[in-house]
Amino acid sequence: MIAAGDDIARSGLHDVLRSGEFAVTSELQTTDGADPGSVAQVAAPLLGNVDAVNCTDNSAAHPHISQVAAAKLLIDEGIEPIVQFGCRDRNRLGLQADMLGAHALGARNIVCMTGDDVTAGDHPEAKPLYDLDAIHLLRMARIMRDEGTYLSGRPLSSPPSFLVGAVENPFAPPVDYRPARMLKKIEAGAEFIQTQCIFNMPRMREFMRRAVDLGCHERAWILGGVYIPRSARATQYMRDIVPGIDVPDDVVRRLQQIPRERQEQAAVDLAVEICEELRETEGVHGIHLMSIKGDQLIVEVIERLGLLPRPESARVAVTSA
Amino acid sequence: MGEKLDRRPRAGAPEPKGFRKALLIVEKVAKEKAFDCRMCGQCILHSTGMSCPMRCPKNLRNGPCGGVLQDGMCEVLPDRPCVWVQAWEGSRALPVWRDHMGHLNPPVDWRLQDSASWENGLTGRDKHVPAAWGGQAGEATVHPDAEESG
Repeated sequence: MIAAGDDIARSGLHDVLRSGEFAVTSELQTTDGADPGSVAQVAAPLLGNVDAVNCTDNSAAHPHISQVAAAKLLIDEGIEPIVQFGCRDRNRLGLQADMLGAHALGARNIVCMTGDDVTAGDHPEAKPLYDLDAIHLLRMARIMRDEGTYLSGRPLSSPPSFLVGAVENPFAPPVDYRPARMLKKIEAGAEFIQTQCIFNMPRMREFMRRAVDLGCHERAWILGGVYIPRSARATQYMRDIVPGIDVPDDVVRRLQQIPRERQEQAAVDLAVEICEELRETEGVHGIHLMSIKGDQLIVEVIERLGLLPRPESARVAVTSA
Repeated sequence: MGEKLDRRPRAGAPEPKGFRKALLIVEKVAKEKAFDCRMCGQCILHSTGMSCPMRCPKNLRNGPCGGVLQDGMCEVLPDRPCVWVQAWEGSRALPVWRDHMGHLNPPVDWRLQDSASWENGLTGRDKHVPAAWGGQAGEATVHPDAEESG
């Protein structure tokens, strides 16, 4: 399919996606340490179990270690990074500089998004930038890669060769517009999409049906986002507090009915069910697994889905970068 | 090259005087009243269902973020409806420009803030985009020393 006429794999993840394998990505736990060991420590459980790992850009509007630095540290550990870029903390100059820097350090996947607002984090007094929006960011990344220039037209001495990704939330209003919004991101340059956490499969199926009608799945690889909550309380929190996430009441009840000590296991069962349904859904090419301090749960889900071992390509691409 | 041939926009919007100042005041009063306009100077209301995108706390010009609350309210200002939910509904109700929601709107030229988009539309000033974006554009400036060594 697609691959925009690419003859060579841009990254290990690209290779997995092009081969038609069901891709598995995950997210690096955020760290707040100034020593490289803290990243290596949280990365360790994912080594060899996923195709690539997102390095988040001050996720939930809380500062953490720089995503570019974390990406380099992941590469040192033998894990392929996907470097996130949001629009909140950098203007177009800073974003382009960090994209070049990330590529120079060996990162070969990026994912572009708007990002949570500062009011969602621990520095609500901060000045948010939003010089560009996510669509501008995608187009800018593709200009740098494909035209070999900055947004200003000034030439780069060597262009980056990233695989460019975006995110989409199928569950946030206006829901009818979401498939078209994803298509707009693909038209702006996204080659793969990672979705917001899926708890509501009927709504996800409806989103994908319309995305397939628009032809999104033939122009980009779509990875369904699956979050593994570690308790019933976590699902309640996501339903009531985290913006843009749809957790149906019966999902919360399902976990609440189970004693606390077995809730984690029930959440793994739930995640496995959602992943299996995603695998059966037309146009879904992989999963993006998330958790907070639950890397061993992520690995368990991947194992139970029979998706281990992962193809070798991801690891090879890292070492030859 | 004469100044007339230099198509690059000046830094900052020129100080409006006379008729241009009157135009600015009329636009500001009318559009602030009608659309809660933020005077970005590069109006795209027709591609946003007549909902001003600069009211979005994230200044999004190409559609809603992923944080819109389930009831359609803004995640940053939860007592206000998401301007992009309004844009989508507005665009469905319009007899024309419905497909403009799919337009790829270029990055904001922040130098045009507080200038009259009516004037910028007439002069074509609001068509300026970064050179590599495509369409009309200024040239990137290069230091003469950098040029020689390149």
